[in-house]
Amino acid sequence: MTRSGMIPAIEIKSVQKNFGSVSIIRDLNLSVAKGERHAIIGPNGAGKSTTFNLISGHIKPSSGEIRLNGDVISGLRPFEINRRGLSRSFQVTNVFAHMTVWENVRCAVLWATGHRYAFWKNVDNLPVVKQRTAEILDDIHLTHRRDVPAGLLTYAEQRELEIGVTIAGGASVVLLDEPTAGMSHAETERAVSLIRRLTENRTLVIVEHDMSVVFGIADRISVLVYGQIIASGTPEEIRGNRQVKEAYLGEEAR
Amino acid sequence: MSEAPTAPRPAAQTPSGGRAGFYAIWLIAAAALIVLPLIFSSGGSLTSFSLIGIAIVFALSYNILLGQTGLLSFGHAVQYGLGGFLAVHVMNAVASYNWPLPLPLIPLAGGIGGLAFAIVIGWVMTKRAGTVFAMISLGIGELVASSSLILRSVFGGEAGITTDRTALPHVFGWTFGSQLQVYYLIAFWTMISAIAMYALTRTPLGRICNAVRDNPERVEFIGYDPHVVRYLAYGFSGFFAGVAGGLAAINFEIANSAYLGATQSGLVLFAAFIGGTSHFFGPILGAIVVTYLQLDLTDLTTVWQLYFGIIFIGIVMFAPGGIAGLLMMHRPLIRAGTLGTVIPSYLVAALPTLALALGVILSIETVARYTSSEGDGNVINLLGVPFNATAPTTWLAAAVLVIGGFLIARLSWRRVAEAWDRAATSARDRGYLA
Repeated sequence: MTRSGMIPAIEIKSVQKNFGSVSIIRDLNLSVAKGERHAIIGPNGAGKSTTFNLISGHIKPSSGEIRLNGDVISGLRPFEINRRGLSRSFQVTNVFAHMTVWENVRCAVLWATGHRYAFWKNVDNLPVVKQRTAEILDDIHLTHRRDVPAGLLTYAEQRELEIGVTIAGGASVVLLDEPTAGMSHAETERAVSLIRRLTENRTLVIVEHDMSVVFGIADRISVLVYGQIIASGTPEEIRGNRQVKEAYLGEEAR
Repeated sequence: MSEAPTAPRPAAQTPSGGRAGFYAIWLIAAAALIVLPLIFSSGGSLTSFSLIGIAIVFALSYNILLGQTGLLSFGHAVQYGLGGFLAVHVMNAVASYNWPLPLPLIPLAGGIGGLAFAIVIGWVMTKRAGTVFAMISLGIGELVASSSLILRSVFGGEAGITTDRTALPHVFGWTFGSQLQVYYLIAFWTMISAIAMYALTRTPLGRICNAVRDNPERVEFIGYDPHVVRYLAYGFSGFFAGVAGGLAAINFEIANSAYLGATQSGLVLFAAFIGGTSHFFGPILGAIVVTYLQLDLTDLTTVWQLYFGIIFIGIVMFAPGGIAGLLMMHRPLIRAGTLGTVIPSYLVAALPTLALALGVILSIETVARYTSSEGDGNVINLLGVPFNATAPTTWLAAAVLVIGGFLIARLSWRRVAEAWDRAATSARDRGYLA
């Protein structure tokens, strides 16, 4: 971080991932600059979620290298990668169902505020934690639901909580996996403005099917087909790319 | 009855208004522990209270694993037993070398015993949760229990190792020769341990334990290693189990292989589950109920384990939140002021349900005594009414109670469920239930 802004936030170099003899990610190369909002699009089964799982350490690449802010992170465990400033959300809501909304967000704040495995501090008497948790709840508009167990929230609320838990630790790089999947039109609009606001001054990588969301948020777009990036560029470049139209957008427009 | 997973945990945010009430509960508990032996002063009740205190510490330590961290252990008695053995050895050493260590500190030695074993074995055990953890805990439990019979110098074989608690240095003239003094020692440690274990749930680690229980995968993506969290929880649980073992060693003045065995591990699981694992105070209720049943049922009937099993199955099937869960599901109704609409249906249901229960008890006892070869006597005393197990009228009465009780009880239960739904709906409308 100290050297220069030239080092990309995320750099993926010739990464492959095989499950048995099946090659899901064939030769992945991707570079996301700091502060960029980068969308990854592609047809179902192209390997978008697998790409997220590789970056976040959920699965390890069969070969190749992934760097976060210049440091190699491929092969590290998810919590080690998270501690270096990368956070991710999940396509299927993945929060702490029996804990309240407040506790969900607070848990996500604890490590980043340095409290770690502390068993000698009263968790209710940590002013910084309390303040940050309240701020996040305010940001995701769930303050009025703070004492409700997460499992009892509506679907849209759970998706908002998912985003809240993801950004609560203050990660500089945020991966969002289909944050608006299953949402109504109005809910999607709300979520988009939420994402835009919450990821200011951060690097964002987003996987999304809804093209209005993609073109509304992204500075750059990469198109993933059969485990390879076939095109990468600004929204205009991607719209005009013939190869992309054939492989992906064409199918949708048909 | 409607499910009650909606009840917010009592350990959630303590509103500033509830803080005074919160401290009041602990003070009342402490006062009750002090006053109890003054009201029930017979030797039998003092022994019962002492055993209940030990069981409370043990069950709470178990719930650090099961309720708080989501680890189902089948071998929790290992830490309890090893704590007990270390306590006995330390007591004997103190007595023979005249160390200046008074008896009230001995439970710490027990805790260290439990903690030490947890530190050594825990890292491997807590690598995974779920079935893997459960199976390893079962294996370790059997391993240690059988080793205890082989390593005679440490565990004393079948006979165990005895000690004399009065041989330790006395403080303030307390010799701990009487059960009353031992009771106060146990009550003191029960209180301290309960406060410490409750405080643990209110720390960052305690909260993350809950997160690991709910979703270990996601915990990894908020910076935590679930393995470390489980290991730490296992250590704390082992420490307090050891404290309980140390208290037991002081109470019985002996430690033997029964401390470590599967029966003991099963009992603590029973206590925690019957009391309710999702509330901090659940295992306390469970420990009281299970210890009480264990002490009194054995006097009343030879097939007491059968009743244990029936109660356990009943809780698992109809009230998975345990006694604490049943109590806490009424909290939103009390707040919304709709509890009154449910009570009448409870009263109506009480009579046929009691008849059904008596019928079941009569059937079990009749069969048990009829088939028993040991000649426990054929007269069953049920609520003061004598029944003869060999008389056909007894069999008939049992059948009438079971069948009639069940048919009527079922109707009354349906009314309870309907009253409950109405009360819950109106509580929900007023915002007291999510």
